[in-house]
Amino acid sequence: MLGNEAIARGAYEAGVKVSAAYPGTPSTEISENLVQYKDSLYCEWAPNEKVATEVAIGASISGVRSMASMKHVGFNVAADPLYTAAYTGVNGGMMMVVADDPGMYSSQNEQDTRQIARAAQVPVLEPADSAEAKEFTKLAFEYSEKYDTPVILRTTTRLAHSQGLVELNERVEVEDKPYERNVGKFVMMPGNAIKRHLVVEQRMKDMAEDANDFAINRAEYNDKSIGFITSGIPYLYVKEVMPEASVLKLGCVHPLPKKLIQEFASKVDKLYIFEELEPVIEEQVKSWGIEAIGKEVFTLQGEYSSALLRKVFNLNGEEVMAPAQVPARPPILCPGCPHRSVYSVLKKMKIHAAGDIGCYTLGAVAPLSVVDTTICMGASISTLHGMEKAKGSEYIKDWVAVIGDSTFMHTGVNSLINMVYNQSHGTVMILDNSTTGMTGHQDHAATGKTLQGEEVPAINIYHLCKSIGIENVYEVNAFDIEELEKIVKRETRRDAVSVIITKSPCVLLKSNHFTKKCKPLSEKCKKCGACLKPGCPALTKAEDGTILIDETMCNGCGLCKNLCKFEAIEEVDA
Amino acid sequence: MKTRNIMIVGVGGQGTLLTSRILGGIAIHAGYDVKLSEVHGMAQRGGSVVTFVRYGDKVEEPIVEVGQADVLIAFERLEALRYIHYLKKDGVLIVNDWRIDPITVVTGVAEYPEHILEDLEKTHTVYRVNAMEEAKKLGNSRVFNIIVLGLAAKYMDYTKEDWLTVIENTVPSKTVEINKKAFELGYSI
Ligand SMILES: Cc1ncc(C[n+]2csc(CCOP(=O)(O)OP(=O)(O)O)c2C)c(N)n1
Repeated sequence: MLGNEAIARGAYEAGVKVSAAYPGTPSTEISENLVQYKDSLYCEWAPNEKVATEVAIGASISGVRSMASMKHVGFNVAADPLYTAAYTGVNGGMMMVVADDPGMYSSQNEQDTRQIARAAQVPVLEPADSAEAKEFTKLAFEYSEKYDTPVILRTTTRLAHSQGLVELNERVEVEDKPYERNVGKFVMMPGNAIKRHLVVEQRMKDMAEDANDFAINRAEYNDKSIGFITSGIPYLYVKEVMPEASVLKLGCVHPLPKKLIQEFASKVDKLYIFEELEPVIEEQVKSWGIEAIGKEVFTLQGEYSSALLRKVFNLNGEEVMAPAQVPARPPILCPGCPHRSVYSVLKKMKIHAAGDIGCYTLGAVAPLSVVDTTICMGASISTLHGMEKAKGSEYIKDWVAVIGDSTFMHTGVNSLINMVYNQSHGTVMILDNSTTGMTGHQDHAATGKTLQGEEVPAINIYHLCKSIGIENVYEVNAFDIEELEKIVKRETRRDAVSVIITKSPCVLLKSNHFTKKCKPLSEKCKKCGACLKPGCPALTKAEDGTILIDETMCNGCGLCKNLCKFEAIEEVDA
Repeated sequence: MKTRNIMIVGVGGQGTLLTSRILGGIAIHAGYDVKLSEVHGMAQRGGSVVTFVRYGDKVEEPIVEVGQADVLIAFERLEALRYIHYLKKDGVLIVNDWRIDPITVVTGVAEYPEHILEDLEKTHTVYRVNAMEEAKKLGNSRVFNIIVLGLAAKYMDYTKEDWLTVIENTVPSKTVEINKKAFELGYSI
């Protein structure tokens, strides 16, 4: 089972009744797997992580076990409800799964969830493989109810996307906790919160004390000349490379079991702390006056590995080959992707885009090179607005904001409301491909389908923009490049805020059936290279300079055909 | 049994995940401990993709280290070259003799290396197949990865019957027959 699959199974077995999430690699498959248990529990895609967390809080207050899952940057979005839910505590058990991404396989930063959890004063459990992922999930609900707090399950990309063997158990039907009105606990205004803060401090102290006896915090004594304190996936690297070393494996990484650590430290000659990302354990351990080696030798950046241990401890056996020098193969937009068509128009018009997060972020790289900025979800619209307020509306006449449909529903809509309220003149392009593409095609409020596969009324983005007071809202097919160019030209010059919605479904959507393919007519080809400019991977140059189209890759979008002035590309039936 | 290390490398969209699922399934079928590590998300958009499969009596980490792969399965030539340093000296490279230009080559920033397989054959044991052509002959170019898997299967610890059972249990029911045919084709090379 995939780590994420195991977490979903653990939640099912723990009797969870409500789950809400917003997709984000590497956490997405948790909800995608939970949905197979939909006869026993409710699960949904929320528009963003703050909403998801609040849904879980509400369910918990009503007395059932609930959860929210997200990637690490989603935890920032969810931080507001979390910090106060730490004060209220729970009624039914509540868990948040947060997936870190050491090495940034698919993220915009490398933050460490444990830092936020520490600041919010909530406990964190960290499993090392799929089997533990399932068991720790169940434990998270037990601890949540025992210590009256939301509990974080921290995973990483490697754990989430690794598979290991998992034993299945039956679901336990947990009885709902009775709901009783309790203003002192659930209404966080100053008078109540002051009292709850004391409860939080005491709870963390109690839990830290108990953590010395948690079975998931485990000292494995072997050769005592070297000892490691470690947790999660890095534990496996220690076992792989130095099976003879003593190890203190922490399953609960916040709060730390101080006595257990002191005891372990006193029994080994040299203590190493092997933790991915920030020195969270290390700084606490050192603050207790314990001598240890951590980030002096192990990096703060990137994913850990066995190779890192071998290097630090000089355990490299025979020489290994150096990697060959080969051309990089970065990710690209798929053949037939509507984003490519939109960017080919913007590039031709020499327009800059304030970008956002999604597949369309790839518009930043050559050969498209249209996107100038990418910060976080929803930021495209607000950063464009900031530029205008800084430099005036003339300055942004050759700028647009580009944002995907899922990202628009996530937080983009707030920024657009701000544009209306504060009299912006900017142009916003919503690249609506009818799905959350980047994370593997999840539905959202504007697609008309729920996580459970039910058809529901879709939010209409066009009418939504109209209803917040934007007069100039236009819908256009992403592949109609002439029309698109005309509209962009007109709207960027307009002295009012406008929205251009390019509507063309993602090529990878199952509902998207291609009936055409593009075929070069080499005798008509003038070798001008116009069709190659947008960087479609299905197109290459033949030896003689004419164009070749890989028929297994081509999805027949027709962009290359539309760009050819010599009718040297035709569309044929697929 | 000592842990065996398999790697599958290719270009996002080539179906590395299906292949690794079959490799995981067969290890379980044969009663081994097994760990797999995949990369989802960004890497799938036409980027370079690598999947690790480790099986044996007891497997700790899910990643294969440099110089430790027993079998390297490459769905594309350049990707074979990119990951060749993971292969053990006496390991085997199974490669789909196929070229997909990365965007860096298409835009002229980099050049696609010539004679990749000829050069690799000088230092390593290489078995190659133009699986794309073979798959087209079978009538479905998508099953090329199962042809490559069939060729690789000869260098692993399972019987042909085991493979066919696991393929039947893993691929979508509509495609069982064509996938089995593809496997047999690769296995017979
Ligand atoms: C706060 C936050 N949550 C989740 C993610 C993960 N994520 C990256 S892009 C994306 C959505 C992309 O969908 P859309 O905007 O529709 O664009 P598409 O990829 O379909 O072009 C998500 C959920 C993130 N980066 N930040």
